[in-house]
Amino acid sequence: MIDNTAAIDVRGLRKRYGDVQAVDGVTFEVARGEFYGILGPNGAGKTTTLELVEGLRQPDEGSAHLLGEPSWPRSKRLLRRIGVQLQASAFFEKLTAREQIHTFAALYGASRERADAMLDTVGLTEKRDVRDDKLSGGQAQRLSIACALVHDPELVFLDEPTTGLDPQARRNLWDLLRGINSTGRTVVLTTHYMDEAELLCDRVAIMDAGRILRVGPPADLIRELGANNLEDVFLQLTGREYRE
Amino acid sequence: MSAFRSLSWAMALGLLRDRTAVFFMLIFPLMLLALFGVLFQNESTSRSAIVQVGDVAVLDDLPEAEFAALSDALTIEKTADRERALEEVREGDVDAAVWEEDGRVQLRYSAADAARAGTVQGLMRSVVQGANLAATGLPATYELATDQVEDKSVKAIQYFTPGLLGWAIAMGASFMSAFTLVQWRRKRILRRLWLAPVGPGTVISARIGVSLAFSFVQVAIFLAVATMPYFGLKLTGNWWLSLPLVACGTLSFMSIGLLIGAWAKSDEAANGALQVVIMPMAFLSGSFFPTGDMPGWLSTVADFLPLAHLNTSLQDVLSRGGGWGDALPVMGGLLLFTAVVTAVAARLFRWDST
Ligand SMILES: Nc1ncnc2c1ncn2[C@@H]1O[C@H](COP(=O)(O)OP(=O)(O)O)[C@@H](O)[C@H]1O
Ligand SMILES: [Mg+2]
Repeated sequence: MIDNTAAIDVRGLRKRYGDVQAVDGVTFEVARGEFYGILGPNGAGKTTTLELVEGLRQPDEGSAHLLGEPSWPRSKRLLRRIGVQLQASAFFEKLTAREQIHTFAALYGASRERADAMLDTVGLTEKRDVRDDKLSGGQAQRLSIACALVHDPELVFLDEPTTGLDPQARRNLWDLLRGINSTGRTVVLTTHYMDEAELLCDRVAIMDAGRILRVGPPADLIRELGANNLEDVFLQLTGREYRE
Repeated sequence: MSAFRSLSWAMALGLLRDRTAVFFMLIFPLMLLALFGVLFQNESTSRSAIVQVGDVAVLDDLPEAEFAALSDALTIEKTADRERALEEVREGDVDAAVWEEDGRVQLRYSAADAARAGTVQGLMRSVVQGANLAATGLPATYELATDQVEDKSVKAIQYFTPGLLGWAIAMGASFMSAFTLVQWRRKRILRRLWLAPVGPGTVISARIGVSLAFSFVQVAIFLAVATMPYFGLKLTGNWWLSLPLVACGTLSFMSIGLLIGAWAKSDEAANGALQVVIMPMAFLSGSFFPTGDMPGWLSTVADFLPLAHLNTSLQDVLSRGGGWGDALPVMGGLLLFTAVVTAVAARLFRWDST
């Protein structure tokens, strides 16, 4: 039986932290196999949106369904089908790259061979005996992505995977992400880089102050608004300059 | 590997690779044990020493058997120089000098240590009187019959092995659980585990399992060292009761660590709070020295400290022949303490460090 529900179906999500309305009524849908980007400046509410969608936090209002199942309350069956890379690399204390990914593999019931293969895919075989705190920023990001993919999830969430990387490392990571998407997985990524969104994403949601302002393929957005690039699109939508 | 085993493995590796942690939770307490063991080696067998100047008939003519008995309590050096002998007394090198002059036995002692001076005087008086009685050729009217009883007081090693062991376990369990919480929160591992298909029960039992295993390793190493002939700890019959006691103690110290880990935002804050809690607790619980003479209000404080009860009952089962009767109430109390403190920690718990 083919499951035709959307990969992600989000309706009216809201989340408040004290005085800050971090997410203010977010609704969007992501099709299976799509590469979806959430673009916005720092503090726009991208991370919070992702955390609500993943089921890491309980929304004040609204709902998120992943692969047809609600993401809150937490369900182990759903968690097995999704892979998450948190904005900050989440690693165990004092373990090497290989031990980290083996631990994650065991949590998901994936084999060690699969874990080693994943390490190879992200180009970390040579660094497998290096502890997490001795890895460079790009290596840590790649390890973190490898850990998110170790159980071969259908749906992958990546929170600003290229932030803080040098240009070469960013390009390498882009190749990796395109590779993941081309094998049929749905990928959702947040970024505050315009060029990244334009290059990678089938569709982007432009986010500011907890709201999604516009959704569409980058080229369409640029054409519709008669802009030169996404930066101009942002300027037209918000009336202010985009600051990364 | 199952989720439980791999999580336990990850925690154990993280612990063993933390050199500072291993030093403070294992090596340092063992160093103290060895140090105390050496310092208090001869504590109970301190003999008095005197210098005999020239010939002293009452000592020189003492029958072999009586001389041997005297030697258990008294070391007798000989010299010919009275001035030197008196100088040694003044310096405190010996407790008294003795010589014979015109048929009188002269004893000169230093009053620096009144108890020793008294012992020496008593011993010499009995020697002189024994000689007087022998000189009369009469049978003795009264006789003193003596025999030894097994003493109830504890030898130093019997006392401080349980105390130091209790302290080591308190440090290990509380530091580990506090740091796991603070570091996992800081590194967002807690969040990451929430998004993995494992239940909180698996994570918590792995954490408890690793702490229990570490505590048992501490017990094994401590007892192995303390029972070496050099240190001379004698284990009593029910010593294995120390294992369930240590398990309950570990849980109660883990709950203290959880409380501090739930409250602390950084490693430094957690470390500071742990030091402030564990060190005074160890002192008040008699981990380092007996607390019999503590003022009443301090003993009342100590009554609420899990380590005080663990130390006493460890001493009971390890070296005083205690049994279930001594261990069970303490185990119950420790578990109750664990339940209360864990409940408070759960209320303070936060997912994020910000
Ligand atoms: N745990 C939190 N507690 C309080 N405020 C938060 C928390 N997380 C985020 N915020 C606030 O919510 C807003 C959105 O943050 P975030 O979702 O991290 O944005 P982005 O990922 O787009 O940079 C910001 O103003 C931020 O300060
Ligand atoms: Mg963010």
